[in-house]
Amino acid sequence: MNTPSNLMYAKSDEWFDPSNGAVGITDYAQNQLSDIVFVEILVDEGEEVTAGKPIASVESVKASAEIYAPASGKVGAINKGIIEKPEILNSDPFGDGWMIKIEGGAQGDLMDSAAYEKHCEERAH
Amino acid sequence: MNKTGGTIVEPTIFELSSPGRLGVRMPASDVPETALPQKNFLRSELPLPELAEVDVVRHYMRLSKFNYSVDGGFYPLGSCTMKYNPKINEDTCRYPGFLYTHPLQPIETVQGNLALVYELQEWLKEISGFAGITLQPAAGAHGEFAGVLIMHAYHKSRNDTKRTKMLIPDAAHGTNPASAGLLGMSVVTIPSDARGNVDLKALEAACDDTVVGMMLTNPNTLGMFDENIEKVVKLVHDCGGLMYGDGANLNALLGIVRPGDLGFDVMHFNLHKTFSVPHGGGGPGSGPVGVSAQLADFLPAPLVGVVEEAEDDVPPLYGFVTPKHTIGRMKAFHGHFGGGLVRAYTYIAMHGPDGLKDISQYAVLNANYLQARLRDTYKIPYDRICMHEFVAEGQFEGSDVRALDIAKRLMDYNFHPPTNYFPLIVHEALMIEPTETENKDTLDRFADALIKIAEEAKSQPDLLHNAPSTTEFGRMDEVKAARELVLCCWLPENYETMK
Repeated sequence: MNTPSNLMYAKSDEWFDPSNGAVGITDYAQNQLSDIVFVEILVDEGEEVTAGKPIASVESVKASAEIYAPASGKVGAINKGIIEKPEILNSDPFGDGWMIKIEGGAQGDLMDSAAYEKHCEERAH
Repeated sequence: MNKTGGTIVEPTIFELSSPGRLGVRMPASDVPETALPQKNFLRSELPLPELAEVDVVRHYMRLSKFNYSVDGGFYPLGSCTMKYNPKINEDTCRYPGFLYTHPLQPIETVQGNLALVYELQEWLKEISGFAGITLQPAAGAHGEFAGVLIMHAYHKSRNDTKRTKMLIPDAAHGTNPASAGLLGMSVVTIPSDARGNVDLKALEAACDDTVVGMMLTNPNTLGMFDENIEKVVKLVHDCGGLMYGDGANLNALLGIVRPGDLGFDVMHFNLHKTFSVPHGGGGPGSGPVGVSAQLADFLPAPLVGVVEEAEDDVPPLYGFVTPKHTIGRMKAFHGHFGGGLVRAYTYIAMHGPDGLKDISQYAVLNANYLQARLRDTYKIPYDRICMHEFVAEGQFEGSDVRALDIAKRLMDYNFHPPTNYFPLIVHEALMIEPTETENKDTLDRFADALIKIAEEAKSQPDLLHNAPSTTEFGRMDEVKAARELVLCCWLPENYETMK
């Protein structure tokens, strides 16, 4: 399992990059979901989002999941590439698989990578 | 492509088509010719397949042989109650008096049909403990939506408009949040505790004056009867909310517990699960809704009622009645009459009160027998006496075999796989519901197969990864099917302009 140390993590398995506001789902999340086949972004560019509120919905062959905003702020950009190719969320969740960018807001209740790794291990069984 | 390397086992009906072949000859017209309507209402070309009747019959007969059905074998699909459906249902629903009637006939000419609907409403009241029943909804999720509309209408009638939150446990069926979401309600997920019950602390924290109600399946999707159900109901009622019961798992409760007596305010039934209406091919389902006395005035219209009381030798006259504050129609006409209601009526009449209780007791016994036989081989994460179904983990320490591989391998043993990857709170879930209609021999064969598969997972994991290998088609590419939504084998000539 990959958990880059420069990112912050939500309990609900989203990552947040404090340096540029990028948001995505974690390696753990994409692995749990298995092959992702559909992504819908529920917010528009320029819209204000609140930490903990749904911003996207992701479907895999196994399950569907709501993706929650890890931070509050204004949506600065949306990654349209993942809508066309949802499998990017599986292959590169921390890179090309970023979902939206949130500008100038406050982080929600987030963990660093060490705490998040522990959170994932606890759920293994 | 099939497993033997590229030959299509059965062409599509379009590929079998040959221009000029006829299955049906239209009779000579017995009405005068008339001009066609406006041209742009009509397609100039409609590429329908052209085949003789015998070719059509053989095509579908061959396809049906690839299929697996409850008439062909054991079908332990958790949460779906795939019981054997008695064939007497097929007789009764084809009685000419039911078959050749129309919903717009004058009520005096369809008294038998209306009497059946009325009696079925009364029976479902007796079975569930509810005060009012509608038989209109077309299926379970439609019944849920009707139920949530009724809850919404109730709060609105009291000017209690700040209630927008629906509480839903994390073990719930996905239709529950979808039904609440359709009405614009926000969903608050309530976790389950270590015994598979609703977490009372989390529930208490979520209960306030913005709660519409709670949607609870009991027994839940883990097959667990909530041990604190009375406390759960009280917490929701004390904050002014209503209790919605998802009746998907009613097969565990017949003649034993009545949801109305437990304090539920609304519940949908799945006649196609509990009461032996065939399902699994996409319908038709039937999702009646029961409500408590305080909600009865909000039921969908029309209901069947007695419009003229019986007198001496004269039977009552049945007709349509409209509840005072009805939410309106859920469906044109009166539900799935022949397909659902007549079959369910037959099933209930055939079993009677004691027989219905037997159904649930055997359903629970069968599930516990299977759970006991599999407990040493498969991890049972919520391991206590289950109701009509239980959930096992389809994974083994140090093995890359997953629930999907086990499910597919079961097909090689001629069993329909159980529900997998649901409920979401169990890793690699295998959700097993044997139903009451299976005998001990079948249950033993199924348990033996699952135990053998667990051995294969260790000794020959590729048998599982590549399963099924004995079916007409091998492992389907589910990812490709979900990502490339090409369902059409031909495109209409004006496809571009239609987009």
